[in-house]
Amino acid sequence: MNSNLIASSATSDKIQARELTASEIEEIEHEKTLYPDKQAVGLEALKIVQKHQGWVSDESLLAISRYLDIPVSELEGVATFFNLVFRRPVGKHVMLFCDSVSCWIMGCENIRAHISQKLGIDYGETTADGEFTLLPVPCLGDCDRAPVMMVDENQHRNLTAEKVDAIIQQYRNNEPGEQGS
Amino acid sequence: MAKIVIDGVTYEVNGDNNLLQECLSKGLDLPYFCWHPCMGSVGACRQCAVKQYRDADDQKGTLVMACMTKANDGSIISIEDEEAKKFRANVIESLMISHPHDCPVCEEGGECHLQDMTLMSGHNYRRYDRKKVTHRNQYLGPFVGHEMNRCITCYRCVRFYDDYAGGTDLAAQASHHHTYFGRQSDGFLESEFSGNLVEMCPTGVFTDATFSAHYSRKWDLQTAPSVCVGCAVGCNTTPGERYGELRRIVNRYHGDVNGYFLCDRGRFGYGFVNSAERLAESQQGKGTGRRTVSEDEAVLELNRILDGGQVIGIGSPRASVEANLALLQRVGGDNFYAGVSDAEFAQLQILKQLSGESALHAPSVREIEECDAVLVLGEDVTNTAPRIALALRQSARNRADELAAAAGIPSWQDAAVRELAQRELSPVYLLSGYATRLDDIARATVVDSAPGLTQLAQALARTLDSAAPTPAATLQEEQKQLLGSIADDLKGARRPLIVCGTGSGSEALLKAAANVARALATARGGDQAVDFCCVVPEVNSVGLVLMAGETQSLGLALKKMQAGDVQAAVVLENDLFGRAPQSQVEAALAGVGQLVAIDQLPTRTTELADLVIAGTSFAEQQGTYINYEGRAQTSMQVFMNNQAARPAWKWLRKESETTLAGLLQTAETTLEGLAGITAILPVSAAAVAGMKYPRQSHRYSGRTAIQAAANVHEGKQPEDRDSIMAFSMEGMSSQRDTAVLPNTWAPRWNSNQSVSKFLDEVGGHLRQGNPGRLLFTRNGSSAGYFEPESAAVTTGDFTLIPAYQLYGSDELSARAEVVNERLTGAYVALAPHDAQQLGVAANDLVTVSADQEALDYPVCIRRSVKPGTIVAFTPAGQFPVAGAGDQVSLSKAQGSGQARFGNLIVSDLQQEGI
Ligand code: SF4
Ligand code: SF4
Ligand code: FES
Ligand code: FES
Repeated sequence: MNSNLIASSATSDKIQARELTASEIEEIEHEKTLYPDKQAVGLEALKIVQKHQGWVSDESLLAISRYLDIPVSELEGVATFFNLVFRRPVGKHVMLFCDSVSCWIMGCENIRAHISQKLGIDYGETTADGEFTLLPVPCLGDCDRAPVMMVDENQHRNLTAEKVDAIIQQYRNNEPGEQGS
Repeated sequence: MAKIVIDGVTYEVNGDNNLLQECLSKGLDLPYFCWHPCMGSVGACRQCAVKQYRDADDQKGTLVMACMTKANDGSIISIEDEEAKKFRANVIESLMISHPHDCPVCEEGGECHLQDMTLMSGHNYRRYDRKKVTHRNQYLGPFVGHEMNRCITCYRCVRFYDDYAGGTDLAAQASHHHTYFGRQSDGFLESEFSGNLVEMCPTGVFTDATFSAHYSRKWDLQTAPSVCVGCAVGCNTTPGERYGELRRIVNRYHGDVNGYFLCDRGRFGYGFVNSAERLAESQQGKGTGRRTVSEDEAVLELNRILDGGQVIGIGSPRASVEANLALLQRVGGDNFYAGVSDAEFAQLQILKQLSGESALHAPSVREIEECDAVLVLGEDVTNTAPRIALALRQSARNRADELAAAAGIPSWQDAAVRELAQRELSPVYLLSGYATRLDDIARATVVDSAPGLTQLAQALARTLDSAAPTPAATLQEEQKQLLGSIADDLKGARRPLIVCGTGSGSEALLKAAANVARALATARGGDQAVDFCCVVPEVNSVGLVLMAGETQSLGLALKKMQAGDVQAAVVLENDLFGRAPQSQVEAALAGVGQLVAIDQLPTRTTELADLVIAGTSFAEQQGTYINYEGRAQTSMQVFMNNQAARPAWKWLRKESETTLAGLLQTAETTLEGLAGITAILPVSAAAVAGMKYPRQSHRYSGRTAIQAAANVHEGKQPEDRDSIMAFSMEGMSSQRDTAVLPNTWAPRWNSNQSVSKFLDEVGGHLRQGNPGRLLFTRNGSSAGYFEPESAAVTTGDFTLIPAYQLYGSDELSARAEVVNERLTGAYVALAPHDAQQLGVAANDLVTVSADQEALDYPVCIRRSVKPGTIVAFTPAGQFPVAGAGDQVSLSKAQGSGQARFGNLIVSDLQQEGI
């Protein structure tokens, strides 16, 4: 019923919804079976699309809105509420760098400066080659092994400048990051 | 009743309410942001903190949010407690961390709730010295401005726009200090009620863009209590003027009618008053022979014509009671005709007949909100009586309140109530000609043409009462089931409501709707009236039909004119070409000796008149209008027209001594329907020692210099000989009489939120009484059910359904410059299948041919249009090619149309190709 109320001006003329892919639809349909109504599937659908596309473009946002019958402004509210739903393109690897209190005590600022200097990017930026995006996060739950960062799905602990160099090299070489210290 | 102690003083309060509500109702000052009487509490802003004590021995107490705490009997609280005060000061300091402090250039300045609360909370020194968060603003269309930096994240905007008004294109975005309130991308706000954001937002984030374009501070505006002329609801408004120009319209609280809210047509459609097209002076002669005449000449000429005999008058549903009366008294009742289409006239006669029936009750807007089962029959209220559509949304929410009550949750616990109710709504059934903007709250919808809906309504009446007439058609099983559930819901409801109106264009449907209401009254035991809301098209449609004789239709007037029986016709504020087919009007005008047209703006009728009399707009005259429920309300004059336009009643009165009150007094004794109308005249006419009520505030600036560019001497203030108000800063305080109260304004409360200080309780009624008076007296019993008639058979492949639009269906607001941006122009909507058959795509032209006429219309395709019907939108001022329920034929025409379908806010538009 909701999209019934989305009139023509709800979306700017420039943006057209894209077609969701078959696998995106399949996964969204699966989520639908787990929730009482489709409105609740909004966040899951955003995550699914991000998994497949790397980020959520305006065209994708609109596609989900149409598919699930959720007003696009409401869906945008969900997408922008969560820091890790990316509404802008990100690099191949996303570095979530903890800048919270334990890591700060353990000198994470120096590590961050090192990363920024080495990759030429600040928080929120992506390297020119599209390999890395650096983002701050508050506490990765590994305070006893601070400083900590997470790259893609992998946690890297007790960081030092040398370690960071090695980690970056690993990802550049396409080797999956190693776990633990 | 509960007793609570606030700062040592005992108060009797309603224990079901929250502490904030009760503090404000008692006239105490307690700051708040997120709470609203119509939207309840969510405890988001933490501004309303007070100290609560366990008992008399508790010295320490706890901080609680007043809006989230029930005013239980025996509660002991303190507003003045030092800790509570400090807490509130700290809260507002943090809310304002990124606030730009741009009051001098902010349109909210001087009537800003944030300013008031800042002062009240005692926050006066800014300690935060870091960078503020800044936002990019959006273009939200021609009506509402956006300045996000001023936001204090109280969430009122989205709670109003989405939760209360059902909007879907405004949302809260992002989080913590980046929280953003806007659309997904630039574009006009779709809600018909977006203008209320201007008053809902406690800061200057959402402002009236039409006002910004010619801005003045609140205290520099000359204002008077007025009534919206946009539709038949009659919302109370406060228009503000400066330099002879109407600058804005804001809500004026009325406990029974509009409460806190207006629709966008009413708020933003005022620009016609300032239009460069306005008829500034009267004119005589036709075509190239036309010349401007002085006021005196105009009066002489008009009187010569009126006294010449054989004169008829054509009244107007958009002119005041007084203007119509003046014309009626001048030409005599037998020569006074209702200037509405014949189809509408027939419908209005039925309404008049029903207005005396005791089994029916015309509910006020507030009463509509109380109804817990609704059936809408053929009326697109969103576009014909918008404020009622907003009320119906609240009717649907009664179910949530019931569930909450059963669970012991107070109804003002907004988040809890919503969480509990989820998507459960009271039953609302929408039987209409096309998909409407209320479909999202409907339990079931039926889309059909008037004849189809009439059959359903007849069958429903019969389902409710076996004594109702046998319906003409037999129904399908599915339809029977639906009618069964509608009947059950209406019978079982605490307060059921039937909504219908003239919008369907069908007399038969109106009769069938009345039968449903009558049958429902019987089914419910017959001792209680059933709420029967009959929407009419214009601000004074009801007034006009109460004044004109039963047979005095426009069609009859036109026939007489055509036959040459009429020396002169005086047309009051009316464009005949919008009321009758062009051929009929032209034939009539050819037969009449002299045509006089009194109006504010040029129309096709004024173009053809021998004498054009310059009339005033609602803001430049005092006048009474009678709304859909028979409520007579007086709209006071705001300012003086500074050219040669005068109120119609003044032009028309025979004796120059005739006053507005005099006109009403005569009417009361001669016209049955208007009995009681003089009771609405402001009583305080006993102006003490010649003093009047000022229209200007004490702070009104520049009066001595306002005309300095023309004259260095202070000009004399224009004198108001007609009313008890003055164009001045001096006089008696208007605060004692709501009939003359233009603005609410109280010490420490400069914004519209000061209204609480004028109410018996917050969200309640004006302390001195809501202005206006209901005129319908219901003591007649029903004349019995209307018998179903078989519709006249016409030929054609499609049944016509008339459509309405917020912008375009009302003649005056459509002529406001800003509204123009939102107009579509005429069009017909087709079902996808029919469009395909005809081989037409969006914005192609089709020729619609009816009995006599054929016209070309641009096409749009709407998914839910019933195949075999066409939904035709005809802007005010044009006459539709055929009537509701008529059969028409369609054929593809050459070329493409100009309709701006981007402006169409409908749910089912097939967008390809637009
Ligand atoms: S925009 Fe206004 S109403 Fe909305 S959250 Fe901000 S301050 Fe409150
Ligand atoms: S609902 Fe009608 S009377 Fe009320 S503001 Fe809108 S147009 Fe005016
Ligand atoms: S503070 Fe960095 S992991 Fe907890
Ligand atoms: S008004 Fe009570 S918390 Fe906002």
